Amino acid sequence: MSSEQKILSTGGIPLEESLKQAEKKNKIKAFLLVTPLLLFLIITYIIPIADMFSRSIDDKMVTNMLPKTYKAMEQWDGKELPPEEVFKAFYLDYKILVENKTAGKLQTQLNYEKNGFKSVLKKLARKQKKFEEGNYKEQIMKVHKRWRNVDYWRAIKRRAPAYTYSKYLKGVDMYSNEDGKIVQVAEDRRIHRILWSRTLEVAFFVTLFCFLMAYPIAHLLATLPMKYSNLLMICVLLPFWTSLLVRTASWMILLQQQGLVNDFFVWIGLVTDDNRPEMMYNKTGTYVAMTQILLPFMVLPLYSVMKTISPSLMRAGKSLGATPSVAFFKIYFPLTIPGIGAGCLLVFILAIGYYITPALVGGASGTLISNQIAYHMKSTLDWSFASAMGLMLLTGVLVIYWIYNKLVGVDNIKLG
Amino acid sequence: MSKKEDFVKFDKVDKSYDGKVLVVKDLNLDIEEGEFVTMLGPSGSGKTTCLMMLAGFETPTNGEIYLDKNPISNIPPHKRGIGMVFQNYALFPHMTVFENLAFPLRVRKILKDDIDKKVDKALSMVSLSGFGNRMPGQLSGGQQQRVAVARALVFDPAVVLMDEPLGALDKNLRESMQYEIKHIHESIGVTVVYVTHDQGEALTMSNRIAVFNDGKVQQLSSPDKLYEEPVNSFVAEFIGENNTFAGEISDISNGSCKVKLDKGEIIANPISVKSIGEKTTVSIRPERALINPKDKMDNNQKGKIEEVIYHGDHTRVRLNLLGNSEFILKVPNSSQNLDIKLGNEINIGWNSHDARALDPK
Repeated sequence: MSSEQKILSTGGIPLEESLKQAEKKNKIKAFLLVTPLLLFLIITYIIPIADMFSRSIDDKMVTNMLPKTYKAMEQWDGKELPPEEVFKAFYLDYKILVENKTAGKLQTQLNYEKNGFKSVLKKLARKQKKFEEGNYKEQIMKVHKRWRNVDYWRAIKRRAPAYTYSKYLKGVDMYSNEDGKIVQVAEDRRIHRILWSRTLEVAFFVTLFCFLMAYPIAHLLATLPMKYSNLLMICVLLPFWTSLLVRTASWMILLQQQGLVNDFFVWIGLVTDDNRPEMMYNKTGTYVAMTQILLPFMVLPLYSVMKTISPSLMRAGKSLGATPSVAFFKIYFPLTIPGIGAGCLLVFILAIGYYITPALVGGASGTLISNQIAYHMKSTLDWSFASAMGLMLLTGVLVIYWIYNKLVGVDNIKLG
Repeated sequence: MSKKEDFVKFDKVDKSYDGKVLVVKDLNLDIEEGEFVTMLGPSGSGKTTCLMMLAGFETPTNGEIYLDKNPISNIPPHKRGIGMVFQNYALFPHMTVFENLAFPLRVRKILKDDIDKKVDKALSMVSLSGFGNRMPGQLSGGQQQRVAVARALVFDPAVVLMDEPLGALDKNLRESMQYEIKHIHESIGVTVVYVTHDQGEALTMSNRIAVFNDGKVQQLSSPDKLYEEPVNSFVAEFIGENNTFAGEISDISNGSCKVKLDKGEIIANPISVKSIGEKTTVSIRPERALINPKDKMDNNQKGKIEEVIYHGDHTRVRLNLLGNSEFILKVPNSSQNLDIKLGNEINIGWNSHDARALDPK
């Protein structure tokens, strides 16, 4: 029988088809069962991310405010001052904006592009009421000498595309300059890069501290007799059952300069009373509080993996002649790697986007990128920039996940 | 080279976990070099604890264990050089079969070429040549078991301990593994201490068996002696099948005694009874009692057949004999069909030598 010959079921239908028919009902049922979750995911996850993305690259505002100008500019090569049609189109567009009292937005946006644009535009708004028909180029250039500078016209032209990646550049302290080249911002204004590297640093060290603290705890949990391990488990989980805000606030009570920890240091004579160290409103506070808060996320995956490791493996190692430390590093430790991977990934990803704790105990030197995102959401209302940074954070997490998958393999993760 | 008689020696060893109950009481045990000794007993009898003390995972509460005349209580397990096969094999799941076997050699810093040779030899010994690159998870239970045995032997330990190693295997595999382990032991002459609760396993494999109960060795002797000549009623009960009569000594002389039962009297072999009036349990192996014996036997009784069970090679007959309704007979199927029918009265005979009067239960 050739392999291409189809096997028929008893009913004479090809077996594959008859299997499909038989499974069809179950498949529909299964799909209907997961539909609510699927919809939930689409509504609460996929759509917001898509919206964030479109917001972060959306630059239609200026494009829509100056439709005639950009149409006229299509022919302009940008080397010398634009021709009369462009001046006319700009005058007409701007007139409408001034009449509608929406010129302010354009002034702000163009000022981002070229410093000093705002005053020029404001002056134009006042003067253009008296403009006569025809020869707008001359009239506009007479209002302010900057209109004779081709740079300002180029600035307008740069805002022509409906989409831009400038927010992403801003996120890494870069911008495209007047010649369209991508350059770094002045050194004293590179705040975002500091925040990114600090976020990575904090996430890395918090993960490390969590790992160092959680490993012995998880081991103890997995090996203690039931009645003690239950008690210990409650101690590990207790923070989980307490509000995040309460936990952070209690760290503030503990860590502040007149706080309990400092009192204790003074009492045992480690520091003098007038020389209390600052443990809060800086990175130390962020480290301490975040490590404590994220510790259970490391303990639980480790515990679930360690629970499955038979104690006879270590005994076997020892009976075969391995010293306890060799047996640990050659046998026990390699078997816990799936748990370590899961725990580290979990803690790192949670830490990289942590907000409340660094906001409350981090101070100026302990805030992270998420605090910057929140700042732009709430204070500057630059939502597109906040969206861009949010997406950069998400991409970063996905990259870490990808690297982890290459190194350890996601199949090896055990979350419990 | 003469064999050392007390190669492994338990000297007055006590063990308690909680300070209230002794799990092992005053244990004295000598194991000869090259011997296969099985610790047999019901669960909780202290046999595994003894093994763990020998391996070094538990410390004796009192007493001392000697290995080749040296006390070992203060030597940590990894320095004792004792191989061990665990109940659940305890193969390292993240290493290949080869790496598992090479592990004890690598920690001993043996040269790579020697490691390869030794591992190959050990694998061929358990007929698993060519399995070196497999992971333990890819092997069947029996193969994993063989790897575990090879790993415990590959570094040429003086003693190998096996803690119910065949417990997880099915019946046929268990039997073939019993022979395999026995043959390996015979060919390399290592001292083996084996723990099991399966008496068949113990009888098949061992040179000597130590029957444990209640933290004590009840009897230490060769399998045949253990079966034929149990020294107390626990051993008689635990090893093989056993018919018992509880009674009282009414006469004792010249290596035989009369035991008065509730109904009737039998002649027995006094093992642990000394004087008239003592309570005793008389133990008779089922195959020692015959139906309509041709030869003259000093015990002859009539019994009523209550149940007949066909077992293939033999038939089990349950009788009511002298008030004991649980009296079992094993009748070989080759023997001419006797009058075995439910409800029949038949004559049963046995020699008083085979009726052992032991301690009362």
